[in-house]
Amino acid sequence: MKKLIIDNKEYKSRLILGTGKYKDFEETGKAVEASGCEMVTVAIRRLNIGQDKDSPSLLDVVSPDKFTILPNTAGCYNSEDAVRTCELASELLSGKTLVKLEVLSDSKTLYPNVVETLKASEMLVKRGFKVMVYTTDDPVVAKELEKIGCECIMPLGSAIGSGLGIINEFNIREIVENAEVPIIVDAGVGTASDACIAMELGCDGVLMNTAIACAKNPILMASAMKHAIEAGSKAYEAGRIAKTLKGVASSPKDGVITDE
Amino acid sequence: MNIILNNQSDEIHDGITIKELLDHKKIHTKYIAVEINQKIIPKSKYNQHELKEGDKIEIITAIGGG
Repeated sequence: MKKLIIDNKEYKSRLILGTGKYKDFEETGKAVEASGCEMVTVAIRRLNIGQDKDSPSLLDVVSPDKFTILPNTAGCYNSEDAVRTCELASELLSGKTLVKLEVLSDSKTLYPNVVETLKASEMLVKRGFKVMVYTTDDPVVAKELEKIGCECIMPLGSAIGSGLGIINEFNIREIVENAEVPIIVDAGVGTASDACIAMELGCDGVLMNTAIACAKNPILMASAMKHAIEAGSKAYEAGRIAKTLKGVASSPKDGVITDE
Repeated sequence: MNIILNNQSDEIHDGITIKELLDHKKIHTKYIAVEINQKIIPKSKYNQHELKEGDKIEIITAIGGG
């Protein structure tokens, strides 16, 4: 399998973990550990002023010294807000320029606003950001984002938090086949088989949050996802058999005792 | 003087610096970014940058998200 290289760094794990929706930081830390991931996403928000000065922050639990921190632009509905958020994230993370761009259309569907996403991508690439961009599963848009210079294209499997899995495998396959940059399925994964399918389609990785954080046992699910991604990755490399409409015997036809 | 801090009106002493504001509010500077009137102020300037009446200050951090 070809190496996963993002922003000049090679990743052994093909799982990127979101850190939202966990019960507490302890559970976040354990899930991150069980998943074996090397990159985690974070959201950029106003500081809750007045909280206990000594209470830990997320980045004390998931340290930038150990993990690649991928700040997202979740909650942004236009390119200007997204770029502003990325600039703040870069300042917060000591000048790091790797970002997850997501520009949404509305709070009901959380579907990507492709027009604003394309605009924001151009602005960010010009400013020197390395953009991992969340987008629709449209192969034409994916290619346009690649041409703009995005580091990595992240088409949705289905709507954020929906757990519907990959609803258009043909589009994901098409995006993968045409891509010169890593393709990471972002959003929609509900359980381990969804992550496995993404890898079997030839994706370079999977980004997920809700499927793990909201599972009954998040830490066990994090481990399941790790193994699903490894299994799917190996299956893709091994090369699956062709599908046929009729049965094909796996035991020899000759020498059966009922033969006359 | 009056400032807007994270979208809330607040009263602070005239001419205090960002560093003094952060100390006053007991805010660790390690994982934050500060923006004043939509302009990011780098950490190296916290000691010198004095706040003005009506400044809109955003102090942001990283929290859990996907």
